[in-house]
Amino acid sequence: MHIFLEQLINGLTIGSFYALIALGYSMVYGILKLINFAHGDFFTLGSYLGYTVLVFGVAASTTHFGLWGGLMVAMTIAAVSLAIVGIVVERLAYRPVYPAGRLPAVVSALGASIFLQNAIMVIWGPRYQAYPSSLIPNVHLQIGDIHLSVLQLLILVLSFFLMGMLFFIVQKTTFGAAIRATALDRKTASLMGININKVIFFVFTLGPALGAMTGIMVGMYYRQISFTMGWNYGLKAFTASVLGGIGNIPGAMVGGLLLGVLEMLGAAYISTAWKDVFVFLILILVLIFRPTGILGEKVAEKV
Amino acid sequence: MAKAQARSDKPLVLETTCLTKLFGGLTAVNEFDLSVHKGEILSLIGPNGAGKTTVFNVVTGIYTPEKGAVIFRGIPITGKKPHQIVTSGIARTFQNIRLFPDMTCLENIMAGQHCRSRAGVITSIFRFAAQRKEEKRIQEQAEFRLRQVNLSRAHGELAKNIPYGSQRMLEIARALASEPTLVVLDEPSSGLNTRETRDLMTFLQTLIAQEDITILLIEHDMNVVMGISDWVVVMDEGRKIAEGIPEDIYQNQRVIEAYLGKDDDEEY
Amino acid sequence: MELRQQNNQRRLLDFGHPQIVLIVSAFILYPFFVSDYLIDIAFFFGIYALLGLSLNIVLGEVGLFDLGHAGFYAIGAYTTAILNTRYGVPILVLLPVSAIAAGLFAYLVCSPIIHLQGDYLLIVTLGMGEIVRLALINNPFDLTGGPNGVFGIDFPSLGTWFVIDSSIKYYFLIWIVVALSIVGLTRLQQSRIGRAWNYIREDEIAAKASGVDVRSFKLLAFILGAGLAGVAGNIYASKLMCVSPESFTFWESCLMFCIVLIGGMGSIPGVIIGAAFISLFPEIFRPFAMYRMLVFGSAMILMMMFRPGGVWPRKRGAVSFTSLLSTNGREHG
Repeated sequence: MHIFLEQLINGLTIGSFYALIALGYSMVYGILKLINFAHGDFFTLGSYLGYTVLVFGVAASTTHFGLWGGLMVAMTIAAVSLAIVGIVVERLAYRPVYPAGRLPAVVSALGASIFLQNAIMVIWGPRYQAYPSSLIPNVHLQIGDIHLSVLQLLILVLSFFLMGMLFFIVQKTTFGAAIRATALDRKTASLMGININKVIFFVFTLGPALGAMTGIMVGMYYRQISFTMGWNYGLKAFTASVLGGIGNIPGAMVGGLLLGVLEMLGAAYISTAWKDVFVFLILILVLIFRPTGILGEKVAEKV
Repeated sequence: MAKAQARSDKPLVLETTCLTKLFGGLTAVNEFDLSVHKGEILSLIGPNGAGKTTVFNVVTGIYTPEKGAVIFRGIPITGKKPHQIVTSGIARTFQNIRLFPDMTCLENIMAGQHCRSRAGVITSIFRFAAQRKEEKRIQEQAEFRLRQVNLSRAHGELAKNIPYGSQRMLEIARALASEPTLVVLDEPSSGLNTRETRDLMTFLQTLIAQEDITILLIEHDMNVVMGISDWVVVMDEGRKIAEGIPEDIYQNQRVIEAYLGKDDDEEY
Repeated sequence: MELRQQNNQRRLLDFGHPQIVLIVSAFILYPFFVSDYLIDIAFFFGIYALLGLSLNIVLGEVGLFDLGHAGFYAIGAYTTAILNTRYGVPILVLLPVSAIAAGLFAYLVCSPIIHLQGDYLLIVTLGMGEIVRLALINNPFDLTGGPNGVFGIDFPSLGTWFVIDSSIKYYFLIWIVVALSIVGLTRLQQSRIGRAWNYIREDEIAAKASGVDVRSFKLLAFILGAGLAGVAGNIYASKLMCVSPESFTFWESCLMFCIVLIGGMGSIPGVIIGAAFISLFPEIFRPFAMYRMLVFGSAMILMMMFRPGGVWPRKRGAVSFTSLLSTNGREHG
C-alpha cells in the first residue's frame, strides 16, 4: 500500500508539471486553434534562466532572501522573462501567419521551436546543466510509511496554488468569461466587444510564465536539465491536454495530473520501460471512445 | 381531388414510415410518413426548426433514425451509409452550399460520377484501357451536366471563385452527375435573386420533363413552392401537419397558422 | 462530343517539356561529378523526398493530420533489418515485404482511429509513432536489439553479379524509386482515387453525399502512404547497414510534416522542393556551425509568412475542353 501511495504522490508531482505545461498548450489552442510546439521550449528556456539566476545570483539573491527567497526570485525573473519571450514569439512567428490558416501556423510553430531550442544550445552549450544542490532545500519527511521530500511538497503546493489561481481567473472573473467565450467562438466574442488581442496577450504571457516556473521546479526536482528536454515534456503535456479535452482549461489540469499518475503507476505495476507505451495506449483508447477527451464537449457538426 | 388520384397511381419512389429522429431530448422528427411518387416534384415546407433538413439527413444516410424506415424503390435503406445511398440512386444538395472549394467546377461535378466508376489503385497507376475509358466517360458525363446548368465556360475555375448563384447550380449539377433516380434539394433557391430563382424553376421543370427523375425539395420561397410543386407536404415540430396539391395547401388554415402567416414575412 | 487530349493521357516522360528533361538529366549526371559525400547528401535528399511523397498522400491529398509517420518508416526499416539479419532474406525481396508490412500495420492501427477528426487524429497518430519507437527501444521478444538497434544489414543484390554497394549505386536506387513513385502518384492524382482523396480534404460531408466511401478512402491513403514509407525504411536500413530507434523519433515525423507544408499540400513538385529544403539546408549552412539550426528555424517561419500555401502549390484547372467552349449558352448567375 505504501508503494501505491508513494507512487501516487510521485505521479501527482510529475502530473502537476504536465498539467502546468499543458495549460499553456490548452489556452493557446482554445483561443487560436494552434498547437504551439514552441511551448515546450518556453519551459526549457525558463528552466535555464532559473538555473542562471540561481548559480550566478547566489551572492545577491540567496544571501539576501535565504534559500526559499532565492528560489522565489529565480522563479519571478524566469516567469517575467518568459512572458516577454512568449509575446515576442507570438508577434514575430505566429501573428503574421494566422491569416494563412492553421497548417502554416503549425510549421511556423515548429520553426519557432527549432529556433528556441538551438538558441538555448548556443547560449548554454549542448551539455546537461545541473542545478546546484546547495541551493535546493534537501529536507525529507517521514509520514508513517511514506517517504516525502519537502521539495516535493513545495512543488505540489505551488503547482496547485498556480492551477487554482488560473482556475479562478478563468472560471470566476469577467476576463475569464471573455477567455472562455473567445475559445468557444472567436468571431462572436469579438462582435460582443471582447478584445481578442487582450485575450491573446494574456494566454501568451501567462502560458509561458507558468511553463518557466515549471521549468525551475523540474530543474530542482531532477537536478539536471538539457536543452532538448522541452520536446519530451512538451509532448507529454500536449498529450495531457488532449486527454483532458484540448482547449479546456480544467481539462488540461485533470489530464496532466492523470497522465502523471498513470505514468508512475504504470512504472510501478507494469514496467518502467513500458510506462510511456502504457500512457499513449490509454490516450488512444480514451480518444477512440471519447473523441473529445475527458472534459471536452462534443461538438456536432451542423449539416 | 383528381390530381391526387392521378398521383397515387404512379409508383412510389421513396417512402418513409414512422420516421423518428431524436437529438438528446429533442424530437427533431416525430413519426413522420412521407411518400414520393415517380416523376413528381414534391416540396417539403414548414417553419424553421420543423425538422425538414433532418428528414433529408436521415433519408440520405447522414443520420440514423431512432425509429421507422426509409424505403427507396421498394428496398429498405435505413441505416445505410451515405455513399451506399448515393449509389442506390439518391443524390442531394445542401442548405449551405457544400462544394469542394479549391477544386475546379469540372472536378466538382466529376465527384458525382465517383460511385458510378470502379477503377482501383493498380488500374489507375498503370492506366489500363478500362480505366482510360472510364475516365473518358466520367468527363463526358461531367461535361454534359456542366452544360446543362450553363456553366461550361467556368469549367476550369475554382468552385470558390464563381458567383453564389452559379455555386448553387454547380451543386445541383454535381448531384445530377451521379445519375440519380431521386434528387433531394435543400432550399435550392435560398440566396438567389429573382431572376436566378426563375431560371432555377425553369431548370427543374425541364429536368423533370426530359429525364426519368423525381425531385424532393425543401423550399422557403412560396413562389417556387406554388409554381413548380406537384405535391406539398407541410411539417411542423417534427410532424406532418398537412399535405396536398399546392392550391389546397395555400388555403389550408392549419398551414397558414403554423407557417405561412408569420414566417413568410420574415423571409427576404 | 469530342474531347481534347487530356493530362492523363500523357506519356511517362513528356519530352515536350524541356524543363523535365533537363532536371532528369541533371539528376543522372550529378553523381559522376561530385564526391561520395555529396552523393550521400543527395541520397538522403532522396529518402526525404520519398518520405515526403508518402506523407503527402495522407496529409496533402486527404488532409489527414498524421504526425506519427516515422512509425511506418520504422516498421519498414525494422522489417528489413530483422528478416535480413535473422533469416538472410535478400534486401530487394524485402523491399515489397517491408512495404506490405508497413501497409498492414497502418491498416490495423488506423482502422479504429480513422473516424477521428483533425487534431485528435494528429495526437493519436503521434502517440502511435511514439509507441512504435518506445517498443523498439524495449526490445520485445529480443527482436529489435533495444536502443542499439540491429546491425549488419546486407547490401541489396541480385545474385552476385549485381550488388548495390557504393554511394553512387544507392543514389540511383533511391532516385529511381522516387521517380517511379512520382509517376505513379501523379497518375493517381489524376484518377478517380486522387480526386476522391481531394474531395474528402475539401469537404468530408459533401464527399460522403457525393458517394465517396470516406472511411475506405482514408484507410487506403494511410495504407499506401505507410507502404511507401516502408519502402523508404527498407532502403535506408540497407544504406546505413544498421537501424536504431533514434532514427524514428517524433522529430522525423515533424520534418516530414514540414516537407509537405513547405512544398504545398498535395503538390508533388512541392514535396521534392520541401525535401530539398529539409535535407540540404542544414548541409549548405554547415559553415554557420551551431547557428545553422537557428537560421533553419527562422527560415521555416519566414517561409510560412511569405508562402503560406507552400513554395509550389498544386495548380488546378489545367484541363481544357474546347468542345464545351464552343457551345453557346447564357451563363448562369
